[in-house]
Amino acid sequence: MDKQALDGLKVVEFAAYAAGPVTGKYLADFGATVIHLESGSRPDGFRLQYPPFAKNKPGVNRSGTFAVCNNNKYGITIDLKAPGGVELAKRVVAWADVVIENFTPGTMDRLGLGYKELSRVNNRLIMLSTCNQGQDGPHASHPGFGSQLTSLSGFTFLTGFPDGPLSLLFGPYIDFIGVGYGVIAVMAALDHRRRTGEGQYIDLAQYENGVQFLAQVVLDYNVNGRALSRMGNRCDFAAPHGVYPCQGEDRWCALSVFDDDEWLELQQIMGNPAWAADPGFGTLIGRKQHEGELDERLSQWTVQFAPEELMQTLQNGGIRAGILNRVRDVYTDPQYEHRRIWRGMEHPEMGVFHYQAPPFELESTPAVLDRPSPCLGEHNEYFFCQILQLEEEEYRKLVETRVIA
Amino acid sequence: MAGSQGGKGLLEGYRVLDLTDQVGWLAGKIMGDLGADVIKIERPGGDPGRNVGPFYQDIPDPEKSLTWWAYNNNKRGITLDITTVTGATLFKQLASKADFVFESFTPGFLAGLGLSYSDLSRENPALILTSVTPFGQTGPYSGYQASDLELMATSGVMALFGSPDRPPVRVSSPQSYMWAGMSAAMGALIANFHRALTGQGQHVDVSAQASILWAITPAQTHWDLLQKDLSRDGEFITGRSVTGAKMRAIYRCRDGFINFIVYGGAAGKATNKALVQWMNEDGMAPQFLLEKDWDNFNIATVSQEEIDQIEKPIEAFLKTKTKADFFREAIKRRMLGYPVSSAQDIISDPQLQVRGFWTEVQHPELGTSITYPGGFGKFSGAWCGVSRRAPLIGEDNMEVFKGELGLTSTEVIRLKQAGVI
Repeated sequence: MDKQALDGLKVVEFAAYAAGPVTGKYLADFGATVIHLESGSRPDGFRLQYPPFAKNKPGVNRSGTFAVCNNNKYGITIDLKAPGGVELAKRVVAWADVVIENFTPGTMDRLGLGYKELSRVNNRLIMLSTCNQGQDGPHASHPGFGSQLTSLSGFTFLTGFPDGPLSLLFGPYIDFIGVGYGVIAVMAALDHRRRTGEGQYIDLAQYENGVQFLAQVVLDYNVNGRALSRMGNRCDFAAPHGVYPCQGEDRWCALSVFDDDEWLELQQIMGNPAWAADPGFGTLIGRKQHEGELDERLSQWTVQFAPEELMQTLQNGGIRAGILNRVRDVYTDPQYEHRRIWRGMEHPEMGVFHYQAPPFELESTPAVLDRPSPCLGEHNEYFFCQILQLEEEEYRKLVETRVIA
Repeated sequence: MAGSQGGKGLLEGYRVLDLTDQVGWLAGKIMGDLGADVIKIERPGGDPGRNVGPFYQDIPDPEKSLTWWAYNNNKRGITLDITTVTGATLFKQLASKADFVFESFTPGFLAGLGLSYSDLSRENPALILTSVTPFGQTGPYSGYQASDLELMATSGVMALFGSPDRPPVRVSSPQSYMWAGMSAAMGALIANFHRALTGQGQHVDVSAQASILWAITPAQTHWDLLQKDLSRDGEFITGRSVTGAKMRAIYRCRDGFINFIVYGGAAGKATNKALVQWMNEDGMAPQFLLEKDWDNFNIATVSQEEIDQIEKPIEAFLKTKTKADFFREAIKRRMLGYPVSSAQDIISDPQLQVRGFWTEVQHPELGTSITYPGGFGKFSGAWCGVSRRAPLIGEDNMEVFKGELGLTSTEVIRLKQAGVI
């Protein structure tokens, strides 16, 4: 096998749920050795609290939510509350280049595993703390989940039709923004360490990461005093611009027209219906003024087609259009298939599960997804004996005394 | 420790050329936030993305687009028509000394100008070229055009946004471009790690469509494991109980909305107890909630009937509170949940203020400074933030063409007259 981009990089996660583990997953996909460290008695919350479970039967090794966040990692368990647990964890940290943690601020310090302590063990350590609010400030220690932080940071307020209810963005949307910035911060810190020999402590607030994605909305408020609110699928400078019904139940196709040439092209594709020739629709200003009627007329045309067919017809004519993929469709979308987004792997308790490859490809050193998510503590013996190279006898003793547990 | 920021960024010393349009802007900005020297290269007359509003004081002007400002700060700016032989040659010279190039043209466009990855890497084998496009460099959709709306639709995420009785809906501020730009910076920096060890650059191929897909995790796994196709449910959160029960997530309050969810797990149980306690202080906790055995409450197996019964009095209670009431008590009582914030609420959040998140950025030509979101993170030994506003059109032409490429003033003026810059 060709060398991978991150071969040789060693990472340990004191992390659970989404933001910490998916950061580690990206590094693992590109070849880093990533250890997912859990406690056997209090495992990663995704293992038990979040469906789906294989065959709808809960179990620590049956969660799809845990699986999708953790392929290509080694799973180990240490009881950090047991005498000797913290000492053992420090030996793992001494081995690692990078620590990723996403506990509520203060937790690692209380465990005796704060950055100060860990940098004493490993003075070149790069430690990423990613949490909701950041490590300091009046709300730092407030516990929270991404599904709710997504509302605090402005996304929910901007989602929905103006005359209808708001919509949740399904789940922990903002966690995955934190993931991207986490990977970026760690990679930049590693490069800096290579050049200077210095370790780094990184404090990411997912709240502050999320606001980056709404920067112009914030600027609009600061400069113009305007707090943008939800506008459905409308766009200020395009019409039509929306999702339109297609053949079948709850099937849709998105399309948008940004200039008059595109509007003429769309008319032609529709077979130049009389309504579309109405001069009221001839200009952008007219189309915006009569956008409700325009949407209604257009819907009567789009509903005759399957969404795949409509997308292709419009794209062939140079009109931006896109099928609204249902969640099930993401597994068969031809472009995702081409990019090999899904990698099926046999998991010992779940059967074949489709793991998700990164959205970017490194052409000379591509992502390799070749190991399923670990069962709880699956790699204890392998990691401690082969990688950390503890003596067999010491390992046995740590298992007997329930430090490795 | 975090917060004590040094003067230099982690990527100090790297040179980045940014040829992207809106789909890739964020990548170069992130590199700049980390201290790299980023040169935004626009076509003569300026990037068409400068025409995207909102605008400073609502004055539509390519030098006043807030969207442009938001994602092109921390960059220097030059103009260069790379479709001319002269422009392409100058670009090649810049690329021969650069560490990273980001671009977002239709796949094949750069190759047509003799500026493909293999053309550029011949001169500079260490170069990392990152291409950010709607669907990626190859594949059945690679020639398709898409704006944010089509990307949100084709990615699959929009299927989960909106109410069941209305069409699926996007976020009213484009998100797919942000995800794509972030992916591009991730890919480029992972490639950089490899380059540091081997001296070899490479081509990184980013798909905006696939970048957004992560945003709905773990919805996809419900299909993969159970062939259960989750769909949009507006104010409710779905997929949290094996019974299929859904929980309300958006509650009305006196002056807007609150995101509160009946959760399980340690934090959820503590929250449920704290809320009932608060309700009881107002005389609004029904007996069955006061007596509920939260320690044995399991959200992963809860039924719809039980959830509905729990939520009803919570709805009535939260209606009597303001967003600020809820936020204050949620912090004080360590309850999960937050208000549904607008831009105004975010600006006035004390947490972001105390963290020093907001940054004043000078706009000398307007005689003012403007408050921007600051750095995306805090580093113990390095600076991360916004140090300069987005460039004016061609603002750094002289500096770059003379200073970096060694042209004379006469030659730069000649290029301007020929329309190359």
